Amino acid sequence: MRVLVGVKRVIDFAVKVRVKPDKTSVVTDNVPHSMNPFDEIALEEAVKLKEANHAKEIVAFSLGPAKNQEILRTALAKGADKAIHLEVDDATYQKVEPFHVAQAIAKLAKDEKFDLVFLGKQAIDDDANQTGQLVAGFLNWPQATFASKVETEGTSHLKVTREIDGGLETIKVKLPAVLTADLRLNEPRYATLPNIMKAKKKPIDKKTPKDLGLDLTSQTEVLEVSEPPTRKGGEFVEDVPTLVKKLKEKGAL
Amino acid sequence: MAITAKLARLAPKPETNHMLYGPTHRAIQNALSQLIEKEINPNVDQWERNKLFPAKTVFKKFGNLGIFGVNKPTEYGGLGLDFSYSVAVAETMGQVNCGAIPMAAEVQSDMATPALAEYGSDYLKREFLMPSLTGEVVSCLGVSEPHAGSDVAAIRTYARKHNDDLIITDTAEIFFDNVRVPMRNIIGDEGRGFFYQMSQFQHERLVAVAVLLEPLSKIIDTTMEYARERQIFGQPELNNQIVSYQLAEMRVELESVRSLLYRAVLEKLSGEDVTILASMAKFKAARIARSITDNCLQASLNGHIVSRFYRDLRLFSIAGGCDEVMLSIISRHFESK
Repeated sequence: MRVLVGVKRVIDFAVKVRVKPDKTSVVTDNVPHSMNPFDEIALEEAVKLKEANHAKEIVAFSLGPAKNQEILRTALAKGADKAIHLEVDDATYQKVEPFHVAQAIAKLAKDEKFDLVFLGKQAIDDDANQTGQLVAGFLNWPQATFASKVETEGTSHLKVTREIDGGLETIKVKLPAVLTADLRLNEPRYATLPNIMKAKKKPIDKKTPKDLGLDLTSQTEVLEVSEPPTRKGGEFVEDVPTLVKKLKEKGAL
Repeated sequence: MAITAKLARLAPKPETNHMLYGPTHRAIQNALSQLIEKEINPNVDQWERNKLFPAKTVFKKFGNLGIFGVNKPTEYGGLGLDFSYSVAVAETMGQVNCGAIPMAAEVQSDMATPALAEYGSDYLKREFLMPSLTGEVVSCLGVSEPHAGSDVAAIRTYARKHNDDLIITDTAEIFFDNVRVPMRNIIGDEGRGFFYQMSQFQHERLVAVAVLLEPLSKIIDTTMEYARERQIFGQPELNNQIVSYQLAEMRVELESVRSLLYRAVLEKLSGEDVTILASMAKFKAARIARSITDNCLQASLNGHIVSRFYRDLRLFSIAGGCDEVMLSIISRHFESK
């Protein structure tokens, strides 16, 4: 089984994000970035599949500007065998949507005959939660999203436990398939320093949107990006009856 | 500690050209940073409360990641990289929310082991360097005695030959009572120890500076955020120009020391003897550690993390070559010209 893992470069989760004065987007210059945490989890699961001899090759993929190379190097250090970088410039990248990324992944999956596409369930910057589902749609492949457990069923199927609103759901999908990783699927390993050094020798193939026949026409237009309203301070009350009264006054009870 | 958590990555990391660090340094720093955030910092407060340092467990984690041997030979489990990588690791170690753990880790990687790695026999490197790099053993370095320390040459602990062994007696960091050590455990050539230790001090002093940068930056940021929220005389404390300007001045001092460190490291990498620059950097770093923690303590009304570093960073003026020794080295160098 050959696995394609999508990894996105996002603003680090611990950073206090600020909106640009022109309200078109958030400030990304000189802000720490890292691999989308759900993508780390997807990568970890793929590497575990390889270590258990269920997968033969793990390929990491990222669409974005030159800086995305760092994320791909990290993926290689964490166990991917090689990487594919679909490079676009910063201006183009601002307008890239899950729809485009999904197209690119679908084309790669088909052309290079991957058996499994493994993505994070969503990116922590846009929280779109669309790419995996779109890829499955483009390829007409089965999908198992929000995976919290993945097991093999022979060489043709995967048994996936999914986190859904009502609890857990277990389904069987026939390969080739698309999976998206949820938080509790695993605990990603660290990129050890020896592996970081070994990763420098692993290949990163460069591709352009033209190579994949990718149409980057925007499907949506961002009108405005603004901060949520500042939280107003609360107040202390002396006792429970007063608390209940206040909650009733505010319409919460 | 909520403020500290929020500030974890507030300070912007420049993505453009850095005078010392490239993408590989960054990759290494990110890996260590993740380990610290996930497995070290969440436990620090509890270890402090219990007055506990689980050195073996912590060192195994560091050893598994591979951070003890970045500039040690690959044949013994190191990465064989240059000293700039050691400094990068030391700087990231500063992200730990106390002084003891980074200090212990730096003793292991750059204070107790450089001479061993450079001058030790193959047998000694297999026996002692390899398990140091994996974190299986916890190393230490002893240069202080009741009668000597700053004056390294006056050390009295001595070794007497007895057949194939050395018998060591006297008091250093630990008390030696007729301790028997095989002759083959001598690192390098007999009688050259003083020279090896003097050259080892340069590593020690430079990583000591590196380890100070992150906590000082964190303290200034924490204090600024505190002063932004704290209200006195009807307005945020930060609105008082003296507070605001003092914080700015502290940042100037910090960046100056950072630049001095990187300059010393670059010169060392090019083969220069950086005794003077390293001494200057160590001296200044230790001094600003005291002034910054003191000023920030004042401005943050004994803030939790600030008071911990006020206690922990005070050490730097004393250990690793006290301030007075640094000044002695510097003044003698210029006066003898």
